[in-house]
Amino acid sequence: MQVYLDNATTTRTADEVIEAMLPFFNEKYGLPSSEFGHSMGIDASDALEQSRKTIANYLNVKPNEIVFTSGETESNNLAVLGVARAKGKGHIITTSIERLSILNTCRHLETKGFEITYLPVDKHGLVSPDDLQSAIRDDTILVSVQHANPEIGTVQDIKAIGEICGEHNILFHTDASSSFGLEDLPMEHIDLATFTSHLIHGPKGIASLFVREDITIKPIFFGSNNEFGIRPGFENIPGIVGFAKAVTLLSKKYVEKMRKQRDHIINELTAIPHTYLNGHPEKRLCNNVNVSFSFIEGESVVLHLDMRGIATSTGSACSSPNLKGSYVLEAVGQDPEVSHGSLRLTLSRYTTDREIEYALKHIKDVVSKLREMSPFKDEDTFRKMAKEEHK
Amino acid sequence: MKYPYSKRVIEHFRHPHHMGRMKNPDAVGVAGNPVCGDVMYIYIKVKDNRIIDLKWETMGCAAAIATTSMLADLAIGKTLDEAEKLTKKEVADALEGLPPIKMHCSNLAADALRDAIKKYREKHEN
Ligand code: FES
Repeated sequence: MQVYLDNATTTRTADEVIEAMLPFFNEKYGLPSSEFGHSMGIDASDALEQSRKTIANYLNVKPNEIVFTSGETESNNLAVLGVARAKGKGHIITTSIERLSILNTCRHLETKGFEITYLPVDKHGLVSPDDLQSAIRDDTILVSVQHANPEIGTVQDIKAIGEICGEHNILFHTDASSSFGLEDLPMEHIDLATFTSHLIHGPKGIASLFVREDITIKPIFFGSNNEFGIRPGFENIPGIVGFAKAVTLLSKKYVEKMRKQRDHIINELTAIPHTYLNGHPEKRLCNNVNVSFSFIEGESVVLHLDMRGIATSTGSACSSPNLKGSYVLEAVGQDPEVSHGSLRLTLSRYTTDREIEYALKHIKDVVSKLREMSPFKDEDTFRKMAKEEHK
Repeated sequence: MKYPYSKRVIEHFRHPHHMGRMKNPDAVGVAGNPVCGDVMYIYIKVKDNRIIDLKWETMGCAAAIATTSMLADLAIGKTLDEAEKLTKKEVADALEGLPPIKMHCSNLAADALRDAIKKYREKHEN
């Protein structure tokens, strides 16, 4: 049996989406042109604007507030750099658990004279609105806080954060790529937001940045005048059509299904002795499970599971190319041994109960097999030894 | 299969040899991996200066598990002097190689074994 439980990394493209995209490769392959150009170009323009409208309607925003980009990395870069370039200087507030496309953009801006505050999070991964309040300065130009964390699934209080930004007249960006279609977003409190296609069963290589109509950001690429002058370059029409199709397939009923499955998995896994849930117990994405098993290491768990057809991921240092444990688990104040034994399972609308039972059975088996192999059998020795190791 | 590991590594990872805790070992060696936080215990039984049995416990990645398992195969039957000289390269070669980034894991097994031998000698010298 093949069980894919890594849907926070990417999702399978829906068949309906592929079908909608196909004609745009070999039949309607034109690029958008002015209404005075040829029909193929006009067809492409129509498809582009229709798709933009579909996504805008879903979000309850205006079509001219949706800018298409090549992915969440570009959208996040465009949001932060675009505001920074428009303002020229100032202070930016973000959090320590953002995607690297936010964090590394901020680090880059630090070398250009901008000052950045990285807000801490509590042990569940939540940002405190009070911390935000006190970090705000006269020269703060932007706050960027993700809606939900891709690794531990914690969902932030975007309304509270947006209200604080609104009171101070500071632009607020949220990276909603992990939560899109899964959690409602109070758009009225947001100035910029990142949405991506490949996490909602749309194609890869296409995403969007919501930019509220009345704000100005500067492009980070230079070229033609596409996408309201914010994002030059020819539009990826098949991708855009597929993205919009994926949006039309979103449904609350999938959210309900995944939430039930998620709770079942969490109950089953945390019933294994010495197993702990990472992230927030309630304010959590409906498709995210992240647990840590004491006494064992995550890469071995992932490899064993993969050999049994189950795709999962871990925040263990051993599985990362630079041998560093997950920065998100570190930011929630976990000792390194916790990320070391972490396992993330993320669901999609296609995940079946049968697949989950199969995965649970094998996870339990692998954990007990690896624990048999482990020198540690009790928490005290384990934590003490782990501390010494990591000194 | 398209894993970064050799077939031998995968074999040892799936079906490790001499794994587990030993009752009444003559010495126990411990090594920890400061890079990623893995820990390994090696238990030995010695007779006439020769390792007649070895068992181990490891918390670590697939490479760490496979190298301990391989090391056990290599060390059993060797004299203490011979076993002491086992290098991480010998262990890695016997496994048909390790990904470069995982070479540090094979240190762990050889270090834990040397630690066990050292402790055995300390105990038996007087
Ligand atoms: S034990 Fe951590 S990388 Fe091998």
